[in-house]
Amino acid sequence: MDFLSLFVIIPTITVFAIAVSKNYQQTRLIAAVGMGIQLILSIVLLFSYMALRKAGNTEEMLYAHSYMWFPALNIKYSIGVDGIAVAMIVLTSVIVFAGVFASWISVEKWQKEFFIFLILLATGVFGFFISLDMFTMFLFYELAVLPMYILIGIWGSGRKEYGAMKLTLMLMGGSALLLFGIIGIYYNSFDTFGNHTFDIIEISHNNLPLNVQLFFYPFIFVGFGVLGALFPLHTWSPDGHASAPTAVSMLHAGVLMKLGGYGILRVAMFLLPEAAQTTAWIFIILATIGVVYGAFGVIWQKDLKYINAYSSVSHVGLITFGLLMMNTTAMDGAVIQMISHGLMTALFFALIGMIYGRTHTRDITQMGGLMKVIPFLAVCYVIGGLASLGLPGFSGFVAEMTIFFGAFQHADAFRTVATILVASSIVVAAVYILRVIGILLFGPIKNAHFEELKDATWYERVSTVTLILAITIIGVAPFWLSDMIQVSLSPIVARLTSVF
Amino acid sequence: MNLQTFLLMRHEIILMIIILVMLAAEIFSDDKKNTYNLSIISIILFAIHTIIGYLPGEQGTLFGKMYINSELTVQMKNILNIGVLIVLLQASQWLRKPENEGKTTEFSLLIYSTLLGMYFMISSGNFLMLFIGLETATIPVATLAAYDKYRNQSSEAGIKLLLSSALSSGILLFGLSMIYAVAGTFYFEQISSNLATMSHTPALLALGMIFFIAGMAFKISLVPFHLWTADVYEGAPVPVTSYLSVVSKGASVFIFTIVLYTVFKSMLVLWTDAVIGIAVATMIIGNLFALRQKNMKRFLAFSSIAQAGFILLGTVAGSQFGMSTVLYFVLIYIFSNLAAFGVVSIISYSTGKESMNDYKGLYNTNPKLSLIMMLALFSLAGIPPVAGFFGKFFLFMASAEQGYYYFVLIAVLNTIISLYYYLLPVKAMFIDTNETPIEPLKSELLPKIALVLCVVGLLVIGFASPVFEYLKEISFGI
Repeated sequence: MDFLSLFVIIPTITVFAIAVSKNYQQTRLIAAVGMGIQLILSIVLLFSYMALRKAGNTEEMLYAHSYMWFPALNIKYSIGVDGIAVAMIVLTSVIVFAGVFASWISVEKWQKEFFIFLILLATGVFGFFISLDMFTMFLFYELAVLPMYILIGIWGSGRKEYGAMKLTLMLMGGSALLLFGIIGIYYNSFDTFGNHTFDIIEISHNNLPLNVQLFFYPFIFVGFGVLGALFPLHTWSPDGHASAPTAVSMLHAGVLMKLGGYGILRVAMFLLPEAAQTTAWIFIILATIGVVYGAFGVIWQKDLKYINAYSSVSHVGLITFGLLMMNTTAMDGAVIQMISHGLMTALFFALIGMIYGRTHTRDITQMGGLMKVIPFLAVCYVIGGLASLGLPGFSGFVAEMTIFFGAFQHADAFRTVATILVASSIVVAAVYILRVIGILLFGPIKNAHFEELKDATWYERVSTVTLILAITIIGVAPFWLSDMIQVSLSPIVARLTSVF
Repeated sequence: MNLQTFLLMRHEIILMIIILVMLAAEIFSDDKKNTYNLSIISIILFAIHTIIGYLPGEQGTLFGKMYINSELTVQMKNILNIGVLIVLLQASQWLRKPENEGKTTEFSLLIYSTLLGMYFMISSGNFLMLFIGLETATIPVATLAAYDKYRNQSSEAGIKLLLSSALSSGILLFGLSMIYAVAGTFYFEQISSNLATMSHTPALLALGMIFFIAGMAFKISLVPFHLWTADVYEGAPVPVTSYLSVVSKGASVFIFTIVLYTVFKSMLVLWTDAVIGIAVATMIIGNLFALRQKNMKRFLAFSSIAQAGFILLGTVAGSQFGMSTVLYFVLIYIFSNLAAFGVVSIISYSTGKESMNDYKGLYNTNPKLSLIMMLALFSLAGIPPVAGFFGKFFLFMASAEQGYYYFVLIAVLNTIISLYYYLLPVKAMFIDTNETPIEPLKSELLPKIALVLCVVGLLVIGFASPVFEYLKEISFGI
């Protein structure tokens, strides 16, 4: 038994334990304990990973294990983590943990099933991040996407059936392109024994022919890009997030969308570096449009969830943009942005769920003066907002600054213009965030019924404080994280830059 | 007939003995209770037969290579046996309905007879043998489709099946006569060795092959020879429909693949194009028609047409890997489709409801049935962790290995369409609400065993890599 497999085994055991639990109290207790263990385990992983690196371990992947699964096809269950994967695993366990507490009482029916599907989804995400074999990676990816349909369809609100179907079909469409792409890579790859392989590390030791790269790169990039809300394939995101229940929005916007960026980094760019360089301009244009479009899209929205969903499109576009700049600084920023946005958006969705649970509306024009009645939640919302618009001291600032620093290292006009356009979205972000905070939290209370609202309960505080703590830690002390990521980025960047 | 012959033909001979025993027992039993016991005995006998099939045995040929017994054919028969066993278990409840009184044993007798035909068809080394097997397999099925003799639809299904099979058999025979005219023999081995010596493919032979493909396409219900499928599936009783869509189709796919890989191996270039064309049409048409179906049986009928298109991805590859994926996928398909049909048959038996709208809110009242249905549909759609994911993935890989990337891309895009309609029943069962949902159902032991078998199969076959490894080992390529 190896250490990393525990990250898949513990959620699986939790799912089975929930399935046999007798009542709701037991269900959520099991979920909380299971995910609490997962959180502790991921922090242990983080520290032991850093200790190993400090001790001078320079291997590309640590805790690597490989088990043959289908010998006839050379398909392996092979796992291992580098700094990026470790960071993503910690992010996931923080958000799942917070998500369990955010849905402590808010799930109205079939609570058992809700937690089963929620943790099944998390299992897929954890499995995705530890996988080094594209077959298992793809398996876990699909495992993470499909429970969304049921989670949104049953426990969602608003136009849930439409949102759920749209999200599922678009994401599965992306995964179909991905499937095609990885099979294409498989048949052009060779491991040390001359067999075809799905193993990412093995493939990266040889360069694939340029025509193969150019043919399959768009499929893989777009396949992951759909999940990373790449313009114009982002349309599932606002509808899906708006209709999803709180914990699902948190997990989905917080973690699942990062699967896209992570996949682009790990599979598309790492394995097909020449194609990545050649076609970068197309995707830079798309990412730039996505960032700006998302930011302007927010201004017209009145529904809190739509506001956050569109700002997610903009912020996640920034991840893709950072990755496409293809130098260590910008990509480092992009990875920090994955984590930072994951935490912030999860915090927002958690708060929106809590506010909606009290006011029964998400329309900001009907609300106001919430600061006076629910100060704790309101302050949390302000913190989230400030982090989101990139105030120094929070994670958002670190991430965005690093991305722009890296982007400006390119001297060519095209990238400079794109960077300026993208950077200008920060201003728009400040506008929409402050506008929402102003309308929602300050001013007169518009509805007499709101006077009697109660502030956060203990489980809501657990949920929000966990997230704010994480945001602040990254904001105040980003260097350990940034270093960890940079070391792990170096093989990828080396492959990307060796091309020219 | 000596002992060695017996061992080589153990599948056929044991099944024959079961048929004769059941026939004799049926004649000597008179009252109702006995017939029920008989059907139980028949299931037990068949279960024993299925297990015996897995015992290791010898390989060889009989009757001057007319009959071939290899590890591959044995496993193909075993796969079909599993399907038949599950169908029999599922049918047991339905067979006790008052209207089926007095013809319960006939049901298993007819099923066994068609299965016997399929055995001979799979083991054939000669086109005559293949044709005899095919006819033995087809005619009893028509009787089965018309089993509900008081329902007009059922009789209609029987007649439709009979007429279209007769037509397809005619086409097949016509093609065979052309092949005979060119090759001068009916033996697979000799035809392919005769063909290998020819410098170019005679046009008549190509035409014969096209007719052969068309004839088989009828049996597998590939587009454009699929038109009988939906009506027959809807009209026939549910157990017969599930038998048709799984076992009958599986057997035809097996022999189709074997013949293409052995007899026509030198004409690979010719038939791959034809088969790819048929496969693409089958996937697209099957999917598009399935989108709008409201009756669950018709829905599964069209989905099974589309699935047949996917199976051809493996056939087209023409490699050992390709054939193994066909076997593997059919095995998984048996479990997935029979799980879905099992749920449909339980609901149809107890309430008579077959429309997708009746399934609304099913999870509220029958959570277990809904979950099994969901797993089955996910497996058909190819979503992990159920086995269908592995089956589809390997089919795509088999085809991509030969460089048919565009074909794979079309197939992959088709899976998205199929996902949409596979999610519709899931939506009905889990998300939609219903004021008059189907009340909680209690099913009997045997159909429950059948469903449990299916679920275990769905969950285990994918992850257990030895299953695939073994099938790959016994397969052969061109």
